[in-house]
Amino acid sequence: MEQIKTVQSLDTHIAECTKVLHAKLKGEGGKRAIVVCGGTGCIANNSVDIQAEIEKELKAHGLEDKVTVNHVGCFGFCSQGPFVKIFPEDTLYRAVKVSDVKQIIEKDIIGGEICENLLYVDPQTHEKVAKQDDINFYKKQVRIALHGCSLINPDLLEEALGYDGFKGLKRAITQMTPQEVIDEVLASGIRGRGGGGFPTGRKWQFAANVQADQKYVVCNGDEGDPGAFMDRSILEGNPFEVIEGMMIAGYAFGASEGYFYVRAEYPVAVSRLQRAIEDMEKVGLLGDHILGTDFSFRAHIRLGAGAFVCGEETALLNSIEGQRGMPRPRPPFPAIKGLWGKPTCVNNVETLSQIPFILREGASAFNCIGTEGSKGTKVFALGGKVNNVGLVEVPMGTTLRTLVYDIGGGIPGNKAFKAIQTGGPSGGCLTEKDLDTPIDYDTLVARGSMMGSGGAIVMDEDNCMVDIAHFYMDFIVDESCGKCSPCRIGTKRLFEMLTAITEGKGTEKTLEDMKELATVIKNGSLCALGQTAANPILSTMTNFPEEYEAHVKEKKCPAHVCKNLMQYQILPEKCMGCTLCARNCPVSCIAPTADPVTVKPLPNKFVHAIDQSKCIKCGSCMAGCHFGAIIKK
Amino acid sequence: MAIKPEVVKGVNDICDKYANEPSPLMMILSAIQKEYGYIPLEVQQIISDRTGIPVAEIYGVVTFYSFFSLKPKGKYVIGICLGTACFVKNSQQVIDKFSTLLGIKAGETTKDGLFTIEAIRCIGACALAPAMSINGKVYPKVTPDQVGKIIDEYKKMEAEA
Ligand SMILES: Cc1cc2nc3c(=O)[nH]c(=O)nc-3n(C[C@H](O)[C@H](O)[C@H](O)COP(=O)(O)O)c2cc1C
Ligand code: SF4
Ligand code: SF4
Ligand code: SF4
Ligand code: FES
Repeated sequence: MEQIKTVQSLDTHIAECTKVLHAKLKGEGGKRAIVVCGGTGCIANNSVDIQAEIEKELKAHGLEDKVTVNHVGCFGFCSQGPFVKIFPEDTLYRAVKVSDVKQIIEKDIIGGEICENLLYVDPQTHEKVAKQDDINFYKKQVRIALHGCSLINPDLLEEALGYDGFKGLKRAITQMTPQEVIDEVLASGIRGRGGGGFPTGRKWQFAANVQADQKYVVCNGDEGDPGAFMDRSILEGNPFEVIEGMMIAGYAFGASEGYFYVRAEYPVAVSRLQRAIEDMEKVGLLGDHILGTDFSFRAHIRLGAGAFVCGEETALLNSIEGQRGMPRPRPPFPAIKGLWGKPTCVNNVETLSQIPFILREGASAFNCIGTEGSKGTKVFALGGKVNNVGLVEVPMGTTLRTLVYDIGGGIPGNKAFKAIQTGGPSGGCLTEKDLDTPIDYDTLVARGSMMGSGGAIVMDEDNCMVDIAHFYMDFIVDESCGKCSPCRIGTKRLFEMLTAITEGKGTEKTLEDMKELATVIKNGSLCALGQTAANPILSTMTNFPEEYEAHVKEKKCPAHVCKNLMQYQILPEKCMGCTLCARNCPVSCIAPTADPVTVKPLPNKFVHAIDQSKCIKCGSCMAGCHFGAIIKK
Repeated sequence: MAIKPEVVKGVNDICDKYANEPSPLMMILSAIQKEYGYIPLEVQQIISDRTGIPVAEIYGVVTFYSFFSLKPKGKYVIGICLGTACFVKNSQQVIDKFSTLLGIKAGETTKDGLFTIEAIRCIGACALAPAMSINGKVYPKVTPDQVGKIIDEYKKMEAEA
């Protein structure tokens, strides 16, 4: 590609690339285009092989010149992947296997017929849906952060340019003063998407007000909330958008260097980001005098090394500086004294990904979406016990019901909805009664949870809430950096108390002690990790007091999860005496009794029984029994 | 333990590669962990000699981050996701099954040096929960009864190699 060093050349490139991309998607010149999902989820389901097979088949049929094929970022509907989409018809095939490729090429590409068996089937109406936009999962979504994801080739600068790329940057750096950019971002009402929800414009203003020879923008791509993958998908799907947002931030408060801090667990995101940066450097979109202005900017990548606390902004700065990732006391705030002592703004990936839209379309296009206190859209990673697991971007103020039922398609296996956890290990759970609450920063806090970065894990009747709290506390104990003793020691004690409860050794006093200790930890911790560490416990205790009571008083786990408080039992009236469970049991604790089976009496068929004293509660027997004769009690 | 000369050279080369970066320690350690699989004290000493960063500081950083390891890991690192999305879909049972069959706990390596079990936090494949990976290859929707087969696959591969 030629250099893009003036506004004029950017305009020419944008016009040309837009035309080319449009022609590709609309099938001009009789051409067709196939895109294959190249997100981490679909790659794990062989999408790379699928793409190779498509290329091979096209070649075999002499179609390489008539049909293009490339990978795109995450479609969001990960539970239905891998996806293959055909343009210009806009046909979406899901759960594609390598063995389906022949059919797609021969029937659809050559024969012009849709492969019905590969279409999404609406679980309610049982109708087949051919187009993405007609699928319920997508209907209520509004894509700002996910702009271009699953549409453009994330490894091609040309496609980013053809899909609104760098229009926001151009407006900012060639038509506006830095203060005007800050004012526009302030007016948009955008708040940080990384957890705290602090107004982004205000943060930039602080840094802008400080005089310094060097300032930094840091993009927080640590995404530590386990079970959340918004930032990863944005980086994988449209890295250019995030770089553009970072550059606009740099222009606004006077930074000429930017650092991306990305989890090492995200190799695909890192390599796409790396490539995007290199390609932008090559054409001059990163470097000195961008678009012929006085604005210069360079971007770098730093990898995390598996420490959750490094998502906290001051710990992150320490980590970039090559130290242990321990939080720093604030003040001074990073905006005043951050990376290497210089004014620094740390912004989340999703926050930065929405900045180009605000500059391109104007603040009012953003703040007309959302609620009073929370503007724009939010990406959620919907996971756990919900039919449509995936990434969804919805306007702020969408209700949980819409999220879980309309978009998420409800709970699998007709189980009952129990709770949804937002805010990860710092958050809390929301229940049935909260389903119609419009979700935004403030309503979630009012209900005892928080927005967090957007992880939303659905739980059903089979999940034990004490066990969930135990799980989060285990996580926190692992991840506490150890600097403050209330966090380091206190969370360990909380974990031990929860362990005691799940083992049937807890008492009512344990519950009271936990509440008291929670307050101590909250007040005595330096960073939000410790300050919020007890939230999952407090929130489950508030919402599910009866479950805790059952554990401590009756020594029962109502959901039959806690191993010490449950048993596997064979129902004599259902057992067929097939011996399968006895053969599968790893500790050989199942044996036939002397009782003949009653269901279908046959000679030599005896009802089986479990020796509870030896059972290790692995569940193999129950999973294997074909007659539903084994239950948890 | 004596470090082989080619490793000394490799480690020094990595240190030099990042010499011009501001605060390069994390980048150096990541590169060494990736190349050699672990960062023992002897290697930390080489880094210290080359960069001038005190060993105590390097040790502090290595032990802080879970990605860096002081000991070699098994040939096959079985990472089972214990992220929230996988946990609510019973990934603990998958870990338990690996532990029972291999006779080691999470974080340990088998005596023959073949397998290490690690409980990891979210590999970003939450839609495929419970997810696990072996040396980076992701296995979607793993159930405890698939575990035996997965182990056998690798044992067979070893026997044939
Ligand atoms: C323990 C802890 C973990 C955090 N993890 C993340 C994270 O993974 N990603 C993120 O963007 N912010 C995380 N944050 C919030 C950051 O400290 C910071 O507020 C955020 O990156 C600012 O960006 P924003 O204003 O764009 O949201 C975390 C905070 C704490 C206390
Ligand atoms: S609260 Fe916990 S994680 Fe935060 S600085 Fe203190 S010990 Fe470290
Ligand atoms: S597998 Fe089921 S039917 Fe067969 S012996 Fe066991 S409990 Fe009875
Ligand atoms: S749960 Fe496991 S150990 Fe217990 S009886 Fe069933 S198969 Fe045997
Ligand atoms: S929680 Fe297991 S892959 Fe995300």
